[in-house]
Amino acid sequence: MATLIVMMVPLLSFGQEDDQVLKARSGKFALTNAKIYTVTNGIIENGTLLISNGIIEAVGANVNIPADAEVIDCKGKEIYPGMIDSGTRVGLAEIGSIAEANDFREHGTLTPQMQALSAVNPNSVVIPVTRVSGITTVWTMPQGGVLPGTAAAINLFGYTPDQMSAGSKGIVMNFPSSPTGWRARRMNEEQKKKALERAFKTVNDAWDKAELYAELEDLSSYPEIEALVPVVKGEMSLFIEVNAANDILSALDWVKERGYKKVILTGVSEGWRVAEEIAKSGLPVIAGPVQAIPTRASDRYDVAYANPGVLQKAGVKVAIRTMDAENSRNLPYHAGFAASYGMGREEALKAITINAAEILGVSDQIGSIEVGKKANVFVSTGDPFETASKITDLFIDGYKIPMTSRQIRLYDEFLNRTPGVDKTKPVIDIKKK
Amino acid sequence: MRTMKKLYTLLALFCFIGTAWAQTPKGDVLIKNGTVLTVTNGTLENTDVLVRDGKITKIGKGIRTPRGVQEIDATGKFVMPGIIDAHSHIAGSAINEGTSQVTAEVSMEDVVDPMDVSIYRALAGGVTSIHLMHGSANVIGGQNETMKLRYGSTNPDDLRFEGAPRTIKFALGENPTRGGRARGIQPQSRMGVEMMLRNSFTQAQEYKKKWDAYNANKSARKVAPEYDLRMETLVDILEGEVWVNCHSYRADEIYMLLKVFSDFGIDRINFQHANEAYKVAPELAAFGATASVFADWWAYKLEVYYSTAYNAAILTENGVLTSINSDSGELIRHLFHEAAKTQKYGDLSDDEALALVTLNPAKQLGVDNRVGSLEEGKDADIAIFEGHPLSVYAIPMMTFVDGVKYFDRENDKADQRIYINPESNIEEVTIFDRHDMHRCMEGALSFEELFSTSKR
Repeated sequence: MATLIVMMVPLLSFGQEDDQVLKARSGKFALTNAKIYTVTNGIIENGTLLISNGIIEAVGANVNIPADAEVIDCKGKEIYPGMIDSGTRVGLAEIGSIAEANDFREHGTLTPQMQALSAVNPNSVVIPVTRVSGITTVWTMPQGGVLPGTAAAINLFGYTPDQMSAGSKGIVMNFPSSPTGWRARRMNEEQKKKALERAFKTVNDAWDKAELYAELEDLSSYPEIEALVPVVKGEMSLFIEVNAANDILSALDWVKERGYKKVILTGVSEGWRVAEEIAKSGLPVIAGPVQAIPTRASDRYDVAYANPGVLQKAGVKVAIRTMDAENSRNLPYHAGFAASYGMGREEALKAITINAAEILGVSDQIGSIEVGKKANVFVSTGDPFETASKITDLFIDGYKIPMTSRQIRLYDEFLNRTPGVDKTKPVIDIKKK
Repeated sequence: MRTMKKLYTLLALFCFIGTAWAQTPKGDVLIKNGTVLTVTNGTLENTDVLVRDGKITKIGKGIRTPRGVQEIDATGKFVMPGIIDAHSHIAGSAINEGTSQVTAEVSMEDVVDPMDVSIYRALAGGVTSIHLMHGSANVIGGQNETMKLRYGSTNPDDLRFEGAPRTIKFALGENPTRGGRARGIQPQSRMGVEMMLRNSFTQAQEYKKKWDAYNANKSARKVAPEYDLRMETLVDILEGEVWVNCHSYRADEIYMLLKVFSDFGIDRINFQHANEAYKVAPELAAFGATASVFADWWAYKLEVYYSTAYNAAILTENGVLTSINSDSGELIRHLFHEAAKTQKYGDLSDDEALALVTLNPAKQLGVDNRVGSLEEGKDADIAIFEGHPLSVYAIPMMTFVDGVKYFDRENDKADQRIYINPESNIEEVTIFDRHDMHRCMEGALSFEELFSTSKR
């Protein structure tokens, strides 16, 4: 019976009847005969992965398959840990141009207490579209202002934010940077300098207060400052968004001066210019988007593709992000481009699995295929970086996720539409002149 | 009279010099021993491509190198036709003329910026031709310009795709109705868009009738009707001289335009973006309409919320001539990769996928007699890749336009600008955001501001 169900599932996703609802299923699953990329312990040829109670119970070439396990034959296929996109707006942004459909930007410059996790829409159409491409976890971030809020790691399955939470949060900070773009064009050098000084003052005032707040007791509520205290105490990570080379260097100084223990640099578009300095600081980096235009007109055309590889080779721990919402599904291609332009496939794979998990503080749970970790894994017909590869099976939190999304359902409905057109008479009669 | 003659001679001389300037460089090269992806005649292993004076003269094995022709060893590499982007806004110093909902009189040919470094970056992605399009702020926008990326010349005319058919931009849906709302005029709905189109074509018919009557019965006593470039262009559309490329998303508006065009006897239409074209694929195929779409962009506005990345595959399977375009200075650099996504989303074959960014856009732009495939007699617009271009690990290595090498990864200096603004002492740093990349409405916003009470 179990095997029958397994055989039916792929059939159901194509040619679904109107009244059928595909639900995720939990249980015991044995994925057999697969090439398993553990990421942390090499590649197992012809291995078995056993999933039970939501976790990876066993993995290896010789695994005893319990009688009650549903066996999924993965002959000729590959198994990977679920991909992690360490910078997105998934769940917070639904339709770009409609303000009411976007919840990643709050009013004000100092709003670190704003919780991305609370605003995540578990029923966002974007979520199934993303996960069927093998992305099982994303870092979803508030944006705008100086301290826009608290980001959260979420698994892309669940019906409440708590069910989705991957157990990690972090404070986002946009590092004071020299004005660019149309704003800068309307300023002279003196005005630019002043603007930068003002931004630094805002940031430093906030953190001075947070440090003081951490020392004192019995204080009245001060939400935006309280939110920063875990960073001051080294209990939560601070994610500093910084991109231009000069700003990166100034961020490195700032971090050193402040002495905060857990700091991550994000974006880091011009990291390749100052890779040695970043490596020396020991700070990890979340880089991306990789498919991006160079920051300067004079830059070599491929610097954004090469950036993660340059940083990794300099000794920086690198994760890769898309910084996207609806197209976070392209994460493996961002990683693939990084791989081609210097990073190599193995390191690029780490950048969207174990490195991402370590940087986001969830590597005890996810990021590799290891016994005891959460069963966030996918089965692919081949190298998932390649566009020709297909994801055939997906598990999040040990649940077997239906391989469908609105985009797939539209394909099923419209590939051969009923009714189509009557080929015997013209659909639209073009009136001849 | 004599002075007139002198003037004519002078004028003729100028014209001659003019054409001499417009003579763009043509190259000779032998690309040896590559895997040649012809697109029209399958894949040829260990094959040579000979280029003489900018044209592909021979494709075959073991071609001897003619004297004075540079040889390029493509062993282990892939040789494909140069990529063509049917929707681009790079190399344009302006995008939208938004002073009216109908601006058929303006043309992108007047705003070509040959010094845009984006041109070089596109070449570095194997792109050899683009369709520089007017924006989508108005229902009937300006005329577009089909171009070859002959980077290095500061003369805009050198980048023109000589002989390419004239095209024009139309736009339906949210963008033009947004403009209407901002100004308190029509159209503010898809109903209004339809009527604006019908009214415009009816006016053009009347304009033509007046001129026809005048021309049929000319006399010294009759006054000629007023010459109107806008109406002239609309008449050219009615006569099939100017091809419409229509910005559109929803299936209903696509279908509406088919009906309008059939009523006015226009039988050629290329839908741009067309995220919901898959819903009316049978109708598009029956009409003979074509579509130029994104591989996977969606959800950036309401009218693209019900998109599917399977769009290109559904259209192709239903017999609609389809291309994949960029509409972005970023995406244009990896259109080969965008085309490859149709193998994930819809299982297109290698040739079908490659045609989406080569032969099919060439057909849509009416230049497939010149480019879009590797065939003897066609222009030598060629890209050489390390790795198969449909692989994520593919790296474009060299790009040729008319047999002239414009990009060579091995001999690529970092700074490829041909113009540096002397006023900028500190080089500007611009942080890339994909969501800022849409240039379709660029310039239109300032127009709305122009009409609003609070000027920034």
